[in-house]
Amino acid sequence: MGWSTRQKFGLACVALALVALPFVLAMAGTAWVRITNFAVLFVLLSLGLNIVVGFAGLLDLGYVAFFAVGAYVYALLASPHFGLHLPFWVILPIGAAVAGIAGAVLGAPTLRLRGDYLAIVTLGFGEIVRIFMNNLSAPVNVTNGPKGINRIDPFQVGPLNFSASDNFGGLTFSGPIKYYYFLLIVLLVVIVINRRLQDSRIGRAWVAIREDEIAAKAAGINTRNIKLLAFAMGASFGGVAGGMFAAIQGFVSPESFILNESIMILAMVVLGGMGNIWGVIAGAVLLSFMPELLRYTVEPAQKAMFGRMLVDPEVLRMLIFGLALVLTMRFRPAGLWPETRHKRELDADRK
Amino acid sequence: MTEVLLEARNIGKRFGGVQALKDVSLTIRRGEIYGLIGPNGAGKTTLFNVFTGLYPRDGGEVLFAGKPLSLESPHTVAAAGIARTFQNIRLFANMTARENVMVGRHVRTRAGVFGAILHTRAERAEEAAIRRRADELLHYVGIDDRADALARNLSYGDQRRLEIARALATDPQLLALDEPAAGMNATETAGLRQLIEGLRRDGLTVLLIEHDVKLVMGLCDRVAVLDYGEKIAEDVPEVVRKNPKVIEAYLGTSAH
Repeated sequence: MGWSTRQKFGLACVALALVALPFVLAMAGTAWVRITNFAVLFVLLSLGLNIVVGFAGLLDLGYVAFFAVGAYVYALLASPHFGLHLPFWVILPIGAAVAGIAGAVLGAPTLRLRGDYLAIVTLGFGEIVRIFMNNLSAPVNVTNGPKGINRIDPFQVGPLNFSASDNFGGLTFSGPIKYYYFLLIVLLVVIVINRRLQDSRIGRAWVAIREDEIAAKAAGINTRNIKLLAFAMGASFGGVAGGMFAAIQGFVSPESFILNESIMILAMVVLGGMGNIWGVIAGAVLLSFMPELLRYTVEPAQKAMFGRMLVDPEVLRMLIFGLALVLTMRFRPAGLWPETRHKRELDADRK
Repeated sequence: MTEVLLEARNIGKRFGGVQALKDVSLTIRRGEIYGLIGPNGAGKTTLFNVFTGLYPRDGGEVLFAGKPLSLESPHTVAAAGIARTFQNIRLFANMTARENVMVGRHVRTRAGVFGAILHTRAERAEEAAIRRRADELLHYVGIDDRADALARNLSYGDQRRLEIARALATDPQLLALDEPAAGMNATETAGLRQLIEGLRRDGLTVLLIEHDVKLVMGLCDRVAVLDYGEKIAEDVPEVVRKNPKVIEAYLGTSAH
């Protein structure tokens, strides 16, 4: 790729900032590093969903199911529940594969559906997976039901345990900081994969299906297989994110995979700009940090102004969240940072 | 010129109580421009959609290049070598002209997800070839200067040309054009005519549905006429023009 010197410099600055970030955040408290880690997880999820919704144009409201599949695969293979303790680099690919297969299996019955109908069916599937996890404790106890699975192994690279702190050259690498760097590497890989897919034969076929399915068929695209591929690819990203979620939390239960999470991920994709990788990343970062920022600002602000808490931050959060979405759709319908295609389109209209 | 490329036998199609096609048989020879005309609602587009796998047929069979053609899905038809355009242009509006044509190469290329993710040498070579071919085709139909424009921003005539380029990208043996001159002005129609004549010169077989009888009669080697789902004539234009049944279909029965 041809990068200009200025671009290289900018890239180096961003990379440096990302490397230094956890130590800066750690000064404000390890909680902020954890929050950042969850934000990166959501970025991964949004990038996965972006393949399905942004590229292929298939509205999926049950995406969190694949996050759940990845999390449970990790939990079952690395916890005392079954007494299995496989290393994470074995489990993450398994989780991606299982989630990918789940994506194709759940995608298959929806192939003939479009728009609202597709959304309703995928919403149903998402709930089915969660309820499945909730009830799969009898007759054979697989998921331990609503109690969830506890004491999940953290990542372990040689002597490096991701749940403990280490000292290197005077710097303290706490567990969350180690996970942060690992997440950053995964994120980089996922971005590269996304970009390559977007500019490939398969990526073009996805966009073609989004634009006009009948024309895509007539142009020789096997829309059934290509759609299933989109479901499977998107789901496998969710599976990887789920595995890391399980390791970071050390605990999974069906409660973490409710419909709200699916909607949140979809909102990140839509708010950021469907189809544009950078927009989706921006949307995910924004929406995952916003509630935390509110949590830390709303309470003191209210206390200072009124002397007591009037509105619960949790309530306010949903209120502001809804308002932000409405405003975005009103003023930037293609998202905060739309796909260049849409931008080119607008530029051409203006001329 | 006598080799048969496509032979349809007794094609039938029914929509509820309406018999849209009744035992239609026709043969298209390799290298010819074959016109399909008929009054509104005669079943031209229906026949077209059956040939290209968009509608399931109720009866009959199609032989293509000597082999039975599986009509179960449009993409298998495209793979077999029949490409089509649509009466109401169907482009990928938010993709560039070049990308539209590149999509047409899909059926003749192989690279999968893993090739794309790993960015293998084979995948890169294939991508470059797809791009080259797309640019050639854009040049061939005469819109190479618009390669980077979004399909939606092309002029009407250029959109028609782009659709033809996308169809050509699938390396078809038979190119089926559904009313390509619809909505075109005289200049655009003349340009289209040149383009189709060029296709014939380059050895392609063309199936042309058209309302513009002048264009069909001037361009086609042979013409079939459909009326109420039945073929009422199939011959060279001069003969078809004088066929009383055809005159009746177009002008109505003369008073007795």
